[in-house]
Amino acid sequence: MAETGALLSVRNLSKTYGALVVTDNVSLDIPERELHVIIGPNGAGKTTLIHQLSGRLPSNGGKVVFAGEDITRLPMHQRVRRGLARSFQITALLDGFTALENVAIAVQARSGSSFRFFAPVARDRKLNDEAMAVLARLGLEDRAHRRAGTLSHGEKRQLEIAVALATGARMLLLDEPLAGTSHEESAVLVELMRALKQTHTLILIEHDMDAVFSLADRISVLVYGKVIASGPPAEVRAHPEVRAAYLGDEQADKAPEAAAAGGGR
Amino acid sequence: MNSSTTNIAPAHLAEVRVSFRTAGFAALAMFAILAALPLLTLVTGDAFVLVVATRIMIFALAALSLDLILGFGALVSFGHAAFVGIGAYAVAILNAYGVNDLLVQSLVAVAVAALFALVTGAISLRTRGVYFIMITLAFGQMLYFLMISLSAFGGDDGYTLPARSTVLGMPLLENNLVMFYTVLAVLVGAFLLARMLIASRFGRVLRGTRDNAVRMQAIGFSPSPYQLTAYVIAGSIAALAGVLLANQVEFVSPAYMSWQRSGELIVMVVLGGMGTLAGPIAGAAAFILLEEWLSSFSQHWKLGFGLILLLVVLFSKGGVGGLVKRLLGGAHHG
Amino acid sequence: MRGLLSEMLNLFLLQALNGVQFGIMLFLVAAGLTLIFGIMDLINLSHGVLYMVGAYFAATFVALTGSFVLGLLLALPAALLLGIVLELLVFRRLYERDHLDQVLATFGLILILNESVKVIWGAAPLSVPVPEALTGSVQLFGNVRYPLYRLVIIAAGLATAAGLYVLVNFTRVGMLLRAGASNAPMVSALGVDIRRLFTVVFGLGAMLAGLAGALVAPILSVEPGMGDSVLILTFVVIVIGGVGSVRGAFIAAILVGVVDTVGRTFGPILLRTMLDPSAASQTGRALAPMLIYILMAAVLLFRPMGLFPVRGAVR
Repeated sequence: MAETGALLSVRNLSKTYGALVVTDNVSLDIPERELHVIIGPNGAGKTTLIHQLSGRLPSNGGKVVFAGEDITRLPMHQRVRRGLARSFQITALLDGFTALENVAIAVQARSGSSFRFFAPVARDRKLNDEAMAVLARLGLEDRAHRRAGTLSHGEKRQLEIAVALATGARMLLLDEPLAGTSHEESAVLVELMRALKQTHTLILIEHDMDAVFSLADRISVLVYGKVIASGPPAEVRAHPEVRAAYLGDEQADKAPEAAAAGGGR
Repeated sequence: MNSSTTNIAPAHLAEVRVSFRTAGFAALAMFAILAALPLLTLVTGDAFVLVVATRIMIFALAALSLDLILGFGALVSFGHAAFVGIGAYAVAILNAYGVNDLLVQSLVAVAVAALFALVTGAISLRTRGVYFIMITLAFGQMLYFLMISLSAFGGDDGYTLPARSTVLGMPLLENNLVMFYTVLAVLVGAFLLARMLIASRFGRVLRGTRDNAVRMQAIGFSPSPYQLTAYVIAGSIAALAGVLLANQVEFVSPAYMSWQRSGELIVMVVLGGMGTLAGPIAGAAAFILLEEWLSSFSQHWKLGFGLILLLVVLFSKGGVGGLVKRLLGGAHHG
Repeated sequence: MRGLLSEMLNLFLLQALNGVQFGIMLFLVAAGLTLIFGIMDLINLSHGVLYMVGAYFAATFVALTGSFVLGLLLALPAALLLGIVLELLVFRRLYERDHLDQVLATFGLILILNESVKVIWGAAPLSVPVPEALTGSVQLFGNVRYPLYRLVIIAAGLATAAGLYVLVNFTRVGMLLRAGASNAPMVSALGVDIRRLFTVVFGLGAMLAGLAGALVAPILSVEPGMGDSVLILTFVVIVIGGVGSVRGAFIAAILVGVVDTVGRTFGPILLRTMLDPSAASQTGRALAPMLIYILMAAVLLFRPMGLFPVRGAVR
């Protein structure tokens, strides 16, 4: 179906609310093992795009092809089962569950039926071991038995990624994984994503320009729902339209604030 | 998007959530007291206590089943009394056709309730929020009006059973003590079953959906089949409560499934502490004792009850859940 | 045969008219409630008791003044006032709560109001005489006669519906109501005093429900709990019409009224063509009250948001 060998192929995707166009004819090709960052001023429609790719919101037009299969009309849970998982911008963990349970339930989703009514799941060795391995990969083992709601903000962001990983996805859509984190926390997360690049395909929405330019294989710039530029970091940085519309003449890492103040809604 | 979880603020639930183990101990204590209760009546010679306790346990069973979907599934079902009614009418209708065996009646009651839950649940779960509340309420009323119009089984006036059901041909339930322990056994059995369900793979999905349905979809679950299954299980257990209720009072009436009854079941669950399984048992006891107590003062006791309910919801921080939490608060914090 | 057929037709027309009259009543109760659900996202179980209280107000004021018109004119502001008082005392505190708290509080309110009515007016049904000028019946078509008072109810209901239509579609308050039903946060973001709007909606809803209760007082018995069954039917109407849609409520109310009334009469008659008479009347009487719920289920199967969905376009 997809003409390229891309893992995720988006063609002319759009989303409108009445007369308001939020996603405007977006086309993207993400090859396997690419870390693709989407940047853009506030209100550019980045989260909406992630919602459409993950199946949280239906699209008005266009096509999403994942691993050769048209998934445009599939609901979120079926996209996850096919290997396309996401995290949320505003942390959406199961706060009353422990960190381990948050991850184990994602493992459970892909291992066997959940219409099992009798054996206590908390003592399910296989689920717990796999979940623990994922937590270990993120350095969260010692937090395993704490309730997610009691973790620090940075730990919650890590746990978000752990849960997405635990679904067994090949591709992760991460919506602002660094939002609200401290300098130290964000350094940990950046290293984590750098490591994830070796095994997974990633789409990232991010405002932290240092992180964006150090991590990205390619960058797409979204303004008013339109992709105005897409390419390797150096190319995007030099793109005249991007400089005008988004980066301005200021320092790259100051750009989001400036854009939010001037280019917002 | 297609989940039917009603808008119950997560904080509301978190506040009410008492640890699983604490709830287990509380239930154990209540069961022990109940099991020993007949000894007390031996001493005092007052059989009325036994009758009230049996009634409490029957409503506790119904409230417990409602807690499965309300407390663990965040589904505000306002038609739960319909299932109690199905159980009661299974006894009455089978009795009219000469089938008096308790086991047969229970099996039929559970089968019919499960079927009714499956059909109405599948339709109700297509919606969410206020829609879900109104639709479950409407389906409950549908059954209520059906029973009112079935004059063959007494219609509005109800149906008087000539005797209690038999067990393998023996009239065991005629003895109030046997009746009492039968109900206790069913209640304990249902409690253990519910606990097992909640702790299972299935239960984890249900609890996860209650806390955050979108999160569950984002890890690959479609919540509705699990919610529907819980709805069917809860309806089946409530039908057993109906079978027992019909037997205890030897009378069946459409009033058992009126929407006020459904409302009272919700009050029991929330007053006792939802999402605990033990709470609804305590809630049922509190409700029925309060009813007995208030009605001894005035025939207008519902006025007082309504006022208490309204004031607690309005002026207790965090609603009824918050009050329960604070009352329990001292005992287990941390 | 001709005679039987025309008799059937006459019966059908009469029942259809009764159904329309019933539907109009349901609409008056549903109109305010659907706005309350739609705009405040508040589940209010106690709307039915306002209908009951309206009937009691009418009964009281008619008896006091000796005039139906005067009684009605006094009952309406009384219902309005009750609605506003309840909003200020109770509902205002519930908007921010979850649905479960709303269910419990309004359930408590029903118990209080139902029981208060018993305390104040007693448990025995009251009756209100049909006003002198409106007794008797009029010739409609052929030899079909229809009670004048019921026609007046239909006319009054239609006039109210028309008034509401103008209010909702052509006034500033109506614009806010429509905007509020589809997106309440936006309305408050516009700087509108949303609290006052809510109070207005509540008062209006209470007055319409009270009007319905007052109008039917002469043809039904006024008794405690009379609002409960109306409430459930109102829910069915709102679910079918779509939460927040006054137009949907109108169409659904007429639909439910006619289907219910005609179904109760003609269900058994239709079944008699297939079953033997006693089985037919048994089955018919059992099935007829279920008809509207089956209708509701059918609508939901195809349109989970009702016939005229208001909310959910932007979400």
